[in-house]
Amino acid sequence: MSVSRRKFLGWLGAAGMGTAFGTSANAASNKHFTGYPDSMGILHDISLCVGCRSCEAACNKVNELPPPEKPFDDKSVLDKKRRTTASVHTVVNKYDNAEGTKGPVFVKTQCNHCLEPACASACFVKAFAKTKEGPVSYDPSVCVGCRYCMVACPFNIPTYEYDSAFSPRVMKCTMCHPRVIQGRLPGCVESCPKEALTFGKRDDLLRIARERIRKHPERYVDHIYGEHEMGGTSWLYLSNTSFASIGMREDLGTTAAPNLTAGALGAVPLVVGLWPVLLTGVYAMSKRKEKIAKEEEAQAVGDAVAATKAEGEEKLSAALAKAGKDKDSAIKREVKKALEEAAKAQKEEAAEAKTEEDA
Amino acid sequence: MSQEAAVFGETSPPGKSLYTPFNVIAGIILIVGFVITILRFTKGLGAVTNLDNNYPWGIWIGFDLMAGVALAAGGYVTSAAVYIFGMKRYHSAVRPAILTGFLGYALVVVALHYDVGRPWRLPYPFIMQQGTTSLLFEVAACVALYLTVLFIEFSTAPLEWLGLKRARSIVVRLTMVLTIFGVILSTLHQSSLGALFLLAPSKLHPLWYSSYLPVFFFVSSVIAGLSMVIFESTLSHRYFAHKMDETHLAEKEGVALGFGKAASLVLAGYFTIKVLGISMDNNWHLLGTGYGMWFLVELLGFIALPCFLYAVGVREKNLCLIKWTSGLTVLGIILNRLNVCLIAFNWHLPSDEKYFPHWMEIGISVFVVTAGIVVFRFIVTRMPILYEHPDYKDSH
Amino acid sequence: MEIQTLQDFFLHTKSITYILMAVILIGMTGFWLFLTDRDED
Repeated sequence: MSVSRRKFLGWLGAAGMGTAFGTSANAASNKHFTGYPDSMGILHDISLCVGCRSCEAACNKVNELPPPEKPFDDKSVLDKKRRTTASVHTVVNKYDNAEGTKGPVFVKTQCNHCLEPACASACFVKAFAKTKEGPVSYDPSVCVGCRYCMVACPFNIPTYEYDSAFSPRVMKCTMCHPRVIQGRLPGCVESCPKEALTFGKRDDLLRIARERIRKHPERYVDHIYGEHEMGGTSWLYLSNTSFASIGMREDLGTTAAPNLTAGALGAVPLVVGLWPVLLTGVYAMSKRKEKIAKEEEAQAVGDAVAATKAEGEEKLSAALAKAGKDKDSAIKREVKKALEEAAKAQKEEAAEAKTEEDA
Repeated sequence: MSQEAAVFGETSPPGKSLYTPFNVIAGIILIVGFVITILRFTKGLGAVTNLDNNYPWGIWIGFDLMAGVALAAGGYVTSAAVYIFGMKRYHSAVRPAILTGFLGYALVVVALHYDVGRPWRLPYPFIMQQGTTSLLFEVAACVALYLTVLFIEFSTAPLEWLGLKRARSIVVRLTMVLTIFGVILSTLHQSSLGALFLLAPSKLHPLWYSSYLPVFFFVSSVIAGLSMVIFESTLSHRYFAHKMDETHLAEKEGVALGFGKAASLVLAGYFTIKVLGISMDNNWHLLGTGYGMWFLVELLGFIALPCFLYAVGVREKNLCLIKWTSGLTVLGIILNRLNVCLIAFNWHLPSDEKYFPHWMEIGISVFVVTAGIVVFRFIVTRMPILYEHPDYKDSH
Repeated sequence: MEIQTLQDFFLHTKSITYILMAVILIGMTGFWLFLTDRDED
């Protein structure tokens, strides 16, 4: 079955469009970021890795890291699952009986140099940066050692020099940035004898990966790990078995790290802008309530005083009136008494005069 | 309460020796802490902690920083209640709450110096490069500013103690502005401490990971503040009752009842939004798992239960119940912070890779808390915190 | 200097926003004093 040239170019074009997915700024905008053009990456073809650990040895040499406990040609090391450490930027792990495979599967792990790195988003002194060449760089001269980057990295890559008292650094793969700038290959890529590692522009690597899957659908799982995970990474992986069975998490989602905290960070200016207004409003209302309560209280006191006063005056005038009345009636009584006495006296005089006449 | 006692203080009761049981135990803790400090700064973090590459944050962050900041929230809650919401009947609770808040935040900064790899570089985010995309930048800025606010608010007490009337009256006039700034800054950093974990959805167990994390942390900080005021007031009453003036003693019951009622209400709200958080993410089925059980312990035993107990205590005017509930609530806040930071964090990892603090880490945490209590006692027995200075009685 | 990544975009916008927040806090305080200056208390 042959594919027409036109169709093939069409597919490449569509694939190219796919890489222009990019990351969106937020749900409410159309802002779209596609990363640095010509950003470099590495394609790790897991089906080709034989676990020789040459890449580990090369990394150790290039970065002048301390010599390991066991030498790099010691394969017994592969019997245990290892992770990166402060003196080991990359490890190869062995997975026996992985889904759908016969022999062991070997996977190289290191910093994935994400397009939108969580470590860069997390760092409060901007010690991490996505360079335009592709590697995510770390600047130990400003690092405070808060280790939030280690919390943030979904791949659990950054390590810390806990045993250094005065100059502990965060340690991770640098994608050999100094070599890359000079146009050379990263140490691990250069040393791999099986071409399980391919260095190139990320866009090209995606095309190569898709082509490999298309050419050998029975060999590869139809997924390029790192194409979209966490918004896309510069290390891309092809595998002959499910990624979950070789220790690579498939539940990380495609949201770029900066977008995970964008909502919370976005609420901060809103609080600064509106809280002064709300709080002042509450304060004004509570002061007004207090003022009204005071006025009502003063009013109530005033009313009570006035009422008492009025009552007092009423009592007084009632008493005065009564006193007046009492006085009047007393006078009337006296007058009546006087009149009665006068009448009585008159009667007695009249009676006396009559008896005198009769005699 | 005698004025002389206020001046001379009570590191030990007059006439008795300095070696009270508390002083001896505190002394031992301080000495051990001092030794561990030397080890930490001469040998590095690896020598005194069990931190590793999977667990970059241990109890110095989970307890000292996260729980510490939450429990110091009484400062902004109380001053907001009194000065913004106008609840003058809680006025006597303001100074102790501000003091607890100020000491709490100061100790958080001290603990931070132990935890970060290069503490002398702590000012770097402000003076060298600003990582403005980081919520930690925001936390650092707000905590630094808020510590300043708390210091100024607290300074009225030592200024009165020292008789510096002019300076004191300047600070008092700033009360309203400081209180509002305090609420703004607290809202921001309390919520942002929770928001830090939004960056790690693959590492925090889904029952604790929620886009509502910042809201959860902020609301629970209000609960923590209210409860700590009741808790601290209970302890102060037990040990420093002779320092309290009439107003303080008279208002104490009202504070416990009022703050207990508020705490009950906010706990109810917190409970509801936690449940809504589960429903929004459709995580009901997780409640049946081991972690789910643990989540229910936190939700029912340390949120729903204190909510109910506070309510009963307020209804029956049972001060004893309210006091014990405040202790339960404080434990619940600590549990929640430890859960988010250490226990539900990295829940995928097998148990042999999980973290447990080194005894020296615990030693420093205990050391820091003890130092705080000792300083608290020093201040409360000498400065007008639990009583009003006679020279300034009516000037609030 | 074109902004190519979301990280760079956020770095740019958040930095400006922080500066604005500081200006707002100071400005709001001044405005509040201006507004409440002549209140009878």
